[in-house]
Amino acid sequence: MEFKLFYHFGRYLMMLKGMFSRPENFRMYWKEFMHQCVEIGIGSLGIVVIISLFLGAVTTVQTAYQLVSGFIPKSVIAQVVRDTIIIELAPTMVCIVLGGVVGSKIASELGNMRISEQIDAQEIMGINTKAYLILPKILAAMVTIPCLVVIAAFLGIFGGLEAGKLSGIISHEQFMEGLRASFDGYNVFFALSKAYTYSFIISSIPAYYGYNVTGGALEIGRASTTAVVVSCVLILFADYVLAAILL
Amino acid sequence: MIELKNIRKSFGEKEILKDVSLKMEAGKTNLIIGASGSGKTVLMKCMVGLMSVDSGQVIYNNEDFTAMTDKEKKPIRQEIGMLFQGSALFDSMTVEQNVMFPLDMFSNKSYKERKKRVQEVLDRVQLKDANNKFPAEISGGMKKRVGIARAIVLNPKYLFVDEPNSGLDPQTSLVIDKLIKDITVDFNITTVVNTHDMNTVMESGDHIIYMHQGKKQWEGSNEDIIFSDDKLLNDFIFASEFFQDIKEMRKMEVFRDKAWRKKGGEASSNS
Repeated sequence: MEFKLFYHFGRYLMMLKGMFSRPENFRMYWKEFMHQCVEIGIGSLGIVVIISLFLGAVTTVQTAYQLVSGFIPKSVIAQVVRDTIIIELAPTMVCIVLGGVVGSKIASELGNMRISEQIDAQEIMGINTKAYLILPKILAAMVTIPCLVVIAAFLGIFGGLEAGKLSGIISHEQFMEGLRASFDGYNVFFALSKAYTYSFIISSIPAYYGYNVTGGALEIGRASTTAVVVSCVLILFADYVLAAILL
Repeated sequence: MIELKNIRKSFGEKEILKDVSLKMEAGKTNLIIGASGSGKTVLMKCMVGLMSVDSGQVIYNNEDFTAMTDKEKKPIRQEIGMLFQGSALFDSMTVEQNVMFPLDMFSNKSYKERKKRVQEVLDRVQLKDANNKFPAEISGGMKKRVGIARAIVLNPKYLFVDEPNSGLDPQTSLVIDKLIKDITVDFNITTVVNTHDMNTVMESGDHIIYMHQGKKQWEGSNEDIIFSDDKLLNDFIFASEFFQDIKEMRKMEVFRDKAWRKKGGEASSNS
C-alpha cells in the first residue's frame, strides 16, 4: 500500500516537473488558459451561488437555535455567521463541492483524450502535453477558484442576513451591527490561503489521474471517482494542517 | 529514410520486440503486417517516440532519435505526421480547427494563410463541405481523411499510419489506401503503415515487412510476396481460399507479363 502511495506521489511530482518548459506557442497557451478560466470559473459559478446562499442561511438559523441565553445580544449571531463563513464554509465547503464538479471534469476530459489517443497525437506533433493540457488548468483553477471563494463568502453572509430576516430571528440592523463588530482581516488572509491551496489540489490531482488513465471507458470513470475522493481527503487534510499552522 | 537497429522492447517479463532491424525507404509505402499481438503497434510507437526502447536505435536521416532528449526530438517530431487507428481528432474542435491546430501551434503564418493551407489539404484529401462539422458529426472514412489532412498539413517528411482501414467498408478502404499511396509519391515522404488488410498489402505495399511474435520474419515487395515460400508468411497472407486463388492468378499474371516483355524485347531487338 505504502509503496503504491510513494509510486503515485513520485509520478505526480514528475508530472508537475514536466509541466515547466518553454511554450511552443505562447498565444495558444494563453488561449487554452482563458478557455479553462471560463470552463472552471464561469462553469462553476451557478453551483457556488446556490451552495453559499443556503450555507449562510442554515448557519444563521442554527446559530440562533444554539444561542438560547437572553444575555447574549442577537448581533453575535451575525459575528458567528461571518467568521464561520469566511474561515471555514466558503473556502472548504465550496472547494469540496468544486472538487467534485471541476475535479471529475478535468479527470474525465484528460482520460478521454488519453484513451482516444488525442494526447498521443499532440505528443507526436512535438507538443509538451503536460505543459499544454495540465498547466493551463492548474493556473486557471488558481485564478478563478479564490475568486469563487470570495463570491461565496459574500453570498453566504448575504444568505444569512436574508434568512435571519425572513425567519424573524434577527433584523437587518442587528445583523449589520454584528458584521461590523470585531472584524479581523487576518481571517480573510487565512481563507484565501486555504482557497489557493485547495485550488491547486482540486486541479492537479484530477489532472494526474486523468492524464495517466490506461484501458477503456470504465477506467475513465474509475479515475474520475478516485480523483474526486483523493482530492476531498487531501482538502480535509490540508484544512487541518493550515489551521494548525496559521491560527 | 528511417532505420531501426536491434530494437528490443519488453513489458515486464514479456518481450514484445526481439532484436528488430529494418530500413524504411523514402518515397515508398512501407507496410508492417502481422497478426494481432505480433508487435506492430509497439514497433510503430517506438519509432515515433511514444514508447521508449529497451535497447537499439531508431535513426531518422542519420540522426539517432533514441539518444535525443525531448527538446532535441522536437524538430524531428515536427517532421512526423501520424494517422491513428481511431483518427484521434480533437472532439471539441471542428474539422477545420483540427487541421489548423498544428499550423496554429508551429507556424508564424497569418490566419488567412493558415486557412488557405487548411483548405488546400482538405481539397487534397477530397473532403468537401465539412469544415465546420465536429468529429462526432462525420463518418469514419471522413474522420480518416481529416486525420490524414492534419498529418500532412505541416508538410511532414515521415507519415505513420496505424490501421488505416479498421472499421471502414471495402470501397472507402480502397480510397484511403490510394490517398496514402498518392500522398507518399506526391510529397516524396517515407510512409509507414501498420495493417492486416490484404487489399492494402496487394495494392499499395511497395515494401512489406512481416512481423511474427516480435521478430521480423520476412521483408520484400508485394510482387515478392506471391513467390515467397516462407510458410508463416503464406499461412498469414493466404489464409483463405479466396486469397490463395488471388495468389495463383497474380503468379500467372506476373509470368505472362514477364513472357510478354521477353517476347517484346526479342522482337524489338530483331527489328
